[in-house]
Amino acid sequence: MTDFGLSEEHRELRETVRRFAQDKVAPVIGKYYERHEFPYELIKQMGGMGLFGLPFSSEFGGMDGDYLALGITLEELARVDSSVAITLEAATSLGAMPIYRFGTDEQKRRWLPDLIAGEKLAGFGLTEASSGSDAGRIRTTATLDEATNEWVINGGKVFITNSGTDITSLVTVTALTGPDEISAIIVPSGTPGFTVAPGYSKVGWCASDTHELTFDNCRVPAENLLGQRGRGFAQFLSILDEGRVAIAALATGLAQGCVDESIKYAKEREAFGSAIGGYQAIQFMIADMESRAVTARLAWRDAAARLVAGQDFKRAAAIAKLHSSTVAVDNARDATQIHGGYGFMNEFPVARMWRDSKILEIGEGTSEIQKMVIARDLGLR
Amino acid sequence: MKIVVLVKQVPDSGAERNLRAEDNTVDRASANNVINEMDEYAIEEALRLQEAHGGEVTVLTMGPQRATESIRKALSMGPDGAVHVVDDALSGTDALGTSKVLAKALERLNADVIICGAESTDARGQVLPHMLAERLGVAALTGARKLTVDGSQLTIERQTEEGYEVVTAATPAIVSVWDTINEPRYPSFKGIMAAKKKPVETLSIADLGVDAGEVGWAGAQTTVKEHTKRPPRSAGQKVTDSGEGGVALVDYLSSEKFV
Repeated sequence: MTDFGLSEEHRELRETVRRFAQDKVAPVIGKYYERHEFPYELIKQMGGMGLFGLPFSSEFGGMDGDYLALGITLEELARVDSSVAITLEAATSLGAMPIYRFGTDEQKRRWLPDLIAGEKLAGFGLTEASSGSDAGRIRTTATLDEATNEWVINGGKVFITNSGTDITSLVTVTALTGPDEISAIIVPSGTPGFTVAPGYSKVGWCASDTHELTFDNCRVPAENLLGQRGRGFAQFLSILDEGRVAIAALATGLAQGCVDESIKYAKEREAFGSAIGGYQAIQFMIADMESRAVTARLAWRDAAARLVAGQDFKRAAAIAKLHSSTVAVDNARDATQIHGGYGFMNEFPVARMWRDSKILEIGEGTSEIQKMVIARDLGLR
Repeated sequence: MKIVVLVKQVPDSGAERNLRAEDNTVDRASANNVINEMDEYAIEEALRLQEAHGGEVTVLTMGPQRATESIRKALSMGPDGAVHVVDDALSGTDALGTSKVLAKALERLNADVIICGAESTDARGQVLPHMLAERLGVAALTGARKLTVDGSQLTIERQTEEGYEVVTAATPAIVSVWDTINEPRYPSFKGIMAAKKKPVETLSIADLGVDAGEVGWAGAQTTVKEHTKRPPRSAGQKVTDSGEGGVALVDYLSSEKFV
C-alpha cells in the first residue's frame, strides 16, 4: 500500500485505528448491524481516542489534525465496518464542522467541546422529501417572530444521520428565511415542535442512526442562526465539498475491506481440489479489485492534499467521491461473487459491505451530481 | 506521586519468533518488535493513578537503539517522559544483570510506585519485579489484577489460580500487573503528535555506574545451552463414527483428562 505523503504521525494514527477496528469493532459490529442498533459503546471508545476531534483545533478540545487524518481514520474504520465510519464522518464533517466554520464564538463554546469529545453528536438537516440533489429547492421555512425574537420553523427533513441518538445534542437545518433566501439554524434536540421519527429500516449502514425529522412551529432563539442570514446555501455547498473527501476515504476503505476479505477467503476455500485463489478467474478478479482500491486511495489523497494545502479542491473532491463510490460498489459485487453463497449470508462481512456500498453512490451528492460538478469546473455550462 | 513504568520491547508474540543459532538469544533483528503486551496494561494503570492522584509518569526501558520506537509508542498513550538505558555492552544480559541496571536507573528516578507487566512475552520469567524489589529494598506487590492507592498505602488483588489474595504495602513499592487489571487506551492523534516532543533521556551503563563486566555476556549468571524448535503439530487422531463415535470421543477426552 502506498504511503506517499503520509507523515510518521499519520502512519501511526492509521495503525492505531486499524488495530481498534480489528480488535474492537470487527468482533461485535455484526450483532449491532443485525439488530439495527446504534453501537454506543464503540462510539464512546472512538471518542476516547479523540477521533471525533481529528479535524478540529485543540482550542475546543480537538486533535489539531486535518482532513488527511480524518480520511485515514475513516478508511481504516470502513475497511472493517461502514456504520461506525459514517457515524464518525457525519458527526465531524457534517455535524460539528458547520458550527466550527460558521458559528459565533458563543455557539462554538456552547456546542463544540461535547461534539469534539464524541460525547454528543450533531446532525445536518439538508435533504427533504421532495428535494435531494436539487438542494436549493427546499420547502422548510423559518420565520423570525420579532415579538419574541425567535425563529419559527416549519417543515421536514429526511435521511438525517445522527439525528436521533440518545446523545444527539442538535441538528443544523437549512430553511427558507425569505424568498430565495436559505439560512442555517441550530435546533437543539428536545426543542418543542421538533419531532424525530423512528429510525428507518435501511438496506445498509444498519448500525448507524438515520431519521426523518419534522418541525411544527418549532421555536428557537434568533441567535441560533448559524453563519450569515441568506448564506445557508453557499455554506452547505462548501461543507459538502469537504465531506466528499471524507466519504471518498470511507468508500476506499470499503473497497479495500472487500479485497482483504476476498484474499482471506480465496486462500481458504477449496474447489475442484485446490484453493480457489489459485484459479486465474479469482486472481484476476482480486487483482482488479486491488487496482481499483489503490486508484480510489490516490484520488481521495489527492483531494485531501489540496484541501489541506488550502488549494482549490472542488473538482478533485468530486472526482474522488465519484470514483471511490463506483469502486466500492464494484468491489463489493466481486467480493460477494468470490464468496459464492456465503457472500449472500449476512454473517459474512462482505455481505455487509455489499449492502453498505450502494448508498456511497447516492449520499452526500449522487454520482450524477459529482459529474455535474466536474463538468462545470471544466468550464462546461 | 512519581510513577515509573517499565517497558520492554519484545518480538511480536503474534508472529513467528526464533532464537539465534549462534548464541541462543532471541532474534530481535528479524522480528517485528513491539511493546510487551502486558506492559501496555502497566502503562494504562500508571496513567489511571496519575489521573486520580496527580504526579508524573516516566517510562523506563533498557534495550537497543531501536527500542526508541516502542518508547515513542508508550509515550503516545500519555506518559510525561522516558529514560532509555542503551549500551552495546548490554547485549546478552540476563535477568539478574537487567535487574542490576534497572535498579540503578530507578534509584535516580526516585519513584513512589514502579509498575511493570507481570511477565514479558519473550522470556516469561516473571522474576524481574522480585529482583528489583530486593535490590531497591522496596515491597513487591506482584501479579495484580486490581490496584488501589490510599495515601501512601498500596493495595492489590493478587491473581491466583483459585481466586485472589489481598496484599498491601507502603510506598515506595513495585507493582506487577496482569492483563485483567484494565483495558489499555489507544493513543489519540494528539498523543501521537505530542510523543515526538516528550523528553527521552538516554543513559549508558557508565552513566549508571555499572561496570561492563557486570552485565552482558560477561556478567550473565545464566546461559541458554541449547534450544530446539517446537515440533510441528502432529496429524491428530481421527475417529470414524460407526455408531460409537460419541463414546470414542469421550474416551479420548477422558484419557487426556479433559473430562
